[in-house]
Amino acid sequence: MRYLSWRKLLAVVGVIVLAAAACSPTDGGDEAKEVTVVGSWGGSEQDSFLAMVKPWEEKTGNTVKYTGSRGLGAYLTTAVASGTLPDLAGLPGPGEMAQFARGGSLKPLDDVLDLATYRADTVPALVDLGTVDDKIAGVFIKLSVKGFIWYNTANYSGEAPANWDGVMATDSGDADSLFCVGLESGADSGWPGTDWIEDFLIRQSGPDVYDSWVAGETKWTDPAVKAAFEAFGDVLDNSFGGTAYVNSTNFGDGGNELFTDPPGCLFHHQASFISDFFKKQGGAADGDFDFFVMPEINPDYAGALTGGGDLFGLFSDKAAAKDLLKYLVTADAQQVWADRGGFVSANTKVTTYPNAVEQKSADAIHDATVFRFDGGDLMPATMKAAFFTAMVEFAENPGDLDAILAGLDEVQATAYEAQ
Amino acid sequence: MQNDLVTAAIVVIGVPAVLVGYILLTERLIQALPEQRQGRIRPWFWIAPALAFLIVFLIYPTINTFVLSFLDGQSKNFVGFDNYLWFIGDRGTIEALRNSVLWVVFMTAGVVGLGLLIAILVDRVRYEPVAKSVIFVPLAISFVAAGVIWQFMYQYQDPSRPQTGTLNALIGIVGLGPIRWTQEQPINNFSLIFIGIWMWTGFAMVILSAGLKGISAELLEAARVDGANEWQVFRGIIFPLLLPTIFVVATTIVITALKSFDIVFTVTNGNFGTDVIAREMWQQMFTPPGNFGRASAVAIVLLLAIVPFMAVNIRRFREQEAIR
Repeated sequence: MRYLSWRKLLAVVGVIVLAAAACSPTDGGDEAKEVTVVGSWGGSEQDSFLAMVKPWEEKTGNTVKYTGSRGLGAYLTTAVASGTLPDLAGLPGPGEMAQFARGGSLKPLDDVLDLATYRADTVPALVDLGTVDDKIAGVFIKLSVKGFIWYNTANYSGEAPANWDGVMATDSGDADSLFCVGLESGADSGWPGTDWIEDFLIRQSGPDVYDSWVAGETKWTDPAVKAAFEAFGDVLDNSFGGTAYVNSTNFGDGGNELFTDPPGCLFHHQASFISDFFKKQGGAADGDFDFFVMPEINPDYAGALTGGGDLFGLFSDKAAAKDLLKYLVTADAQQVWADRGGFVSANTKVTTYPNAVEQKSADAIHDATVFRFDGGDLMPATMKAAFFTAMVEFAENPGDLDAILAGLDEVQATAYEAQ
Repeated sequence: MQNDLVTAAIVVIGVPAVLVGYILLTERLIQALPEQRQGRIRPWFWIAPALAFLIVFLIYPTINTFVLSFLDGQSKNFVGFDNYLWFIGDRGTIEALRNSVLWVVFMTAGVVGLGLLIAILVDRVRYEPVAKSVIFVPLAISFVAAGVIWQFMYQYQDPSRPQTGTLNALIGIVGLGPIRWTQEQPINNFSLIFIGIWMWTGFAMVILSAGLKGISAELLEAARVDGANEWQVFRGIIFPLLLPTIFVVATTIVITALKSFDIVFTVTNGNFGTDVIAREMWQQMFTPPGNFGRASAVAIVLLLAIVPFMAVNIRRFREQEAIR
């Protein structure tokens, strides 16, 4: 009896296992008309993207199934490994894009796009950034620009100095100091400083040095990189509250001193997103602040710009997916999102923006002779983490610069090996 | 979705079914043995699944970590003691080790000392439950949340501006500060350790308070009748009788202090000379591509540091068992 009962138990378990196998998902149905898209956008950005694809859906009768994912890198890595890829997906950055393209999972877009129009309408630097081994692998949907110098319109006339020396020579007037800097950001403390270094390096030494530094070939102790740190050191010497303020102030509060009375500082260096913080943390309203793009340092590299953006790539051979991607880069499609706000387009035919920040960002990108992706984001994670920490150390003890750069060289020596 | 339900069904029905099946099967095997040996063998069959889990999830990973600590970052080549030499030679890890020692000494002393003091004090008041609850509450907060809360307490503003951090606002009343609590060395390490003390004092208090209630009232009464003052009662009776309990609490706190990671991670991320070894291990392991060799070496150092405390604790347990 006992024997029978445990055999029965085993049978039950067996049946369940079989049932589970039978219930596993099947690829069925005619889904050719549905295009799956995975991106990093949620909330209002997701709404804007859906509004952007709506005209295409109406025209073709196809539908877009959008899923937002915060961890695009991890998601795509597993998706590629398992072969269950979306049709279109946002790419975490140029490095990952190149990996996926060379691995064959990302489809080349040369036959998909209307190349002549794409090249004519898109900022050349951005076409280059989306190119892997002479083939277009990714397109930019949404851009962000770094290196804005913000000011309070009540304290500064608004005339952008012709070059960086002009900025440093500006009379701070009633303000306590020329700049305010806030580097605190929890476990990512130091990152606003890395933006400063990148903006200095590309304007001082140009894109070639920048690229080789990002790739781990130019050492941190190289005079070019050291010069960028020293330029940032000069900024710190002219910044509100000194080291104590710089390292204890959160990046989001970094610009608050623009709006105090009397003002703590005249200028604040930060990417376009900071205007939200001015309004929420600094008590400013639209119109209280404005910005100019960080001016040139070495005239040879005038118009060099750093920034970021959401790259998009194609992972399927479906005709509908190709058609959608082709539609997304057109000025008509991009204008839809631009009108909704919070959007800067890589397409030069998109000319009207609802507010000045986006208008000026777009102008800066369209005028850019050189556009480079945020350097820290392109470096291996260990290098990036050491870069962040080094900025905090440098702000704390500017005199230790040589030791700090030597320490970064040590990290650089091993960080790129396992790439 | 459907797949998840099936998985859940397998787990809920399947796992107990397998376990019951295992007991029935082994019982049949045991039945086949001679009567007098059955009693000695049965416990081993019963303990075998637990033992298997212990080996798979505890002993094997420990051995594996030990082996990995002698391999390179990608666990491919044997590198001998390189990872340990790195640990000894690196400025950052030595600083982390020093800070971990600070954590062990000051967090343990603080938690046990304050816990004992509060346990004895609240024992004498009528609102004891309320006081104990209030002090116990921080233990229910996650380390990360505690770190964030204390960041507000420690906040620093330029001396020319109003202080928004509670502590700086307080010392500002008497004309001191402001102090950069989490950045100025060496005060910042103690600021971080204090967050740990704030969280764990309630734990020590509850256990010590329970120990205190276990001391018979007659004993204390007799001492007082014989003319002992309160300090003598504490030194001569309460403290020796509480010592085993204090020891258990102290061991727990020592291990907690050695493992401390979250507070440092959220408040300073190891900047400004506040790194600890658990965070160093995390840094080596989880910054892609990850250096498994170094991370494992740090883990082994951490393990070796904990072993003596565990050993002493186990010996004391044995002694107590012997007394009983």
